[in-house]
Amino acid sequence: MLTKRIIPCLDVINNRVTKGVKFKNNIDLGDPVEMAIMYSNEGCDELVVYDITASAEHRPIDIEMIRSVARSIRIPFAVGGGISTIEDMSRILLAGAEKISVNSLAVKNPSIISEGARAFGSQCIVLGMDPVKTDNLEQCPSGYEITTRGYREHTGIDAVDWARRAEELGAGEIVVNSVDADGTRNGFELTITGLIADAVSVPVVASGGAGCAEHLRDAFSIAHADAAIVAGILHTGHTTIAQLKKELHDAGVPVRMHW
Amino acid sequence: MIAIVDYNAGNLTSVKLAFQALNCEVEVTQSPATILKADRVIFPGVGAAGASMRHLSELKLIDPIREVIDRGTPFLGICLGTQILFDFSEEDGGTPTLGLLPGRVPRFQPENPFEKVPQIGWNQLKFARTHPVLRGIADMSEFYFVHSYYPAPKQDEIIIGTTSYADVTFASMVAVDNLVATQFHPEKSGRIGLKLLENFVQWTP
Repeated sequence: MLTKRIIPCLDVINNRVTKGVKFKNNIDLGDPVEMAIMYSNEGCDELVVYDITASAEHRPIDIEMIRSVARSIRIPFAVGGGISTIEDMSRILLAGAEKISVNSLAVKNPSIISEGARAFGSQCIVLGMDPVKTDNLEQCPSGYEITTRGYREHTGIDAVDWARRAEELGAGEIVVNSVDADGTRNGFELTITGLIADAVSVPVVASGGAGCAEHLRDAFSIAHADAAIVAGILHTGHTTIAQLKKELHDAGVPVRMHW
Repeated sequence: MIAIVDYNAGNLTSVKLAFQALNCEVEVTQSPATILKADRVIFPGVGAAGASMRHLSELKLIDPIREVIDRGTPFLGICLGTQILFDFSEEDGGTPTLGLLPGRVPRFQPENPFEKVPQIGWNQLKFARTHPVLRGIADMSEFYFVHSYYPAPKQDEIIIGTTSYADVTFASMVAVDNLVATQFHPEKSGRIGLKLLENFVQWTP
């Protein structure tokens, strides 16, 4: 049986992993390579590395860091941040990443999804999206609007429409990162995650709000997510991947137990 | 030297890095001569069957691949590499493939809409037979998969292990003589995947 994936997310600034709530009050957590090795040894199923300031600073992603992570772990990882061209994607994949995550720039230029999928295959192209609840149901009938640039810009684009469009363009996986839930530890935003998981036929990853194993179970069983991103509760030592997996396993959720 | 066959079918960096982690001398190559003189050959690949068959033909790699398999060189197929060893793939409107293993490669057709295609993630390998390449690996260990099509060998005897997804139990690992082939990615399957590759490197068929 296919297992549900638990994916720690490393937000990197200047070659250090940081954690902030809604991109503010960032605190230093450690070296990205050391943390990637640690989480891999603890049994994480995949990793995401975001160079979170690359885009705002208009600079390419730190390729040397990606190379070091690739040399150090033997599990798949995705890389995001500031990726705007096929050349950027190619460099990151050749450095050893399995997937490329595009977000804000794909909203501005959706053809990056189709070009990436054509060049490297859909399995390499992950669409990250940051939906937020909205009352503007005329523009956004699902009740969720896409934001970009670290939640700073509202786009008027309906989140479910955008997910469908991205799938058509060739995205192989969709990460639904709820702006409302991010950093709260009150659980994933199950409504929008479920709406998207039911609307597309590619895997959907829940992101934002993980506080305990029960939240992951809900994302998998209620919102039909295939994977979940976990960050804060791991980074602060509140829990471990092994502990989360044990609790999920005991609750009957299929998770990878050998590593 | 271990040759990793590069036929423009996806990113081979993680395959190369995994063998380097085992301190093996590896060469990612499109050269028939390099493949023919290699001690072991890895035939990986991600992408579509149709384009891959075209690339193999244009690069004149089909005969060298047949030759190394015939002459007993330890040979490891991975993912798309495994699929195109069979007779025929349903991909791209139907693609005749290398025909080195009898069987076909159909697409997943899940009844349950929540079983997504491609299958992406970790799934169990259930042993059907023992094989030296599985030494030290527990039955039902998980490996990393990314695929929409799966091998359906004609003969059950070649099946080493199976995996269940989207209403089918398919052959996720097959072996004949000096050839081993996996649908999953051992190079991305953590410590256990690396163990499989280490066993392959030490294997004398």
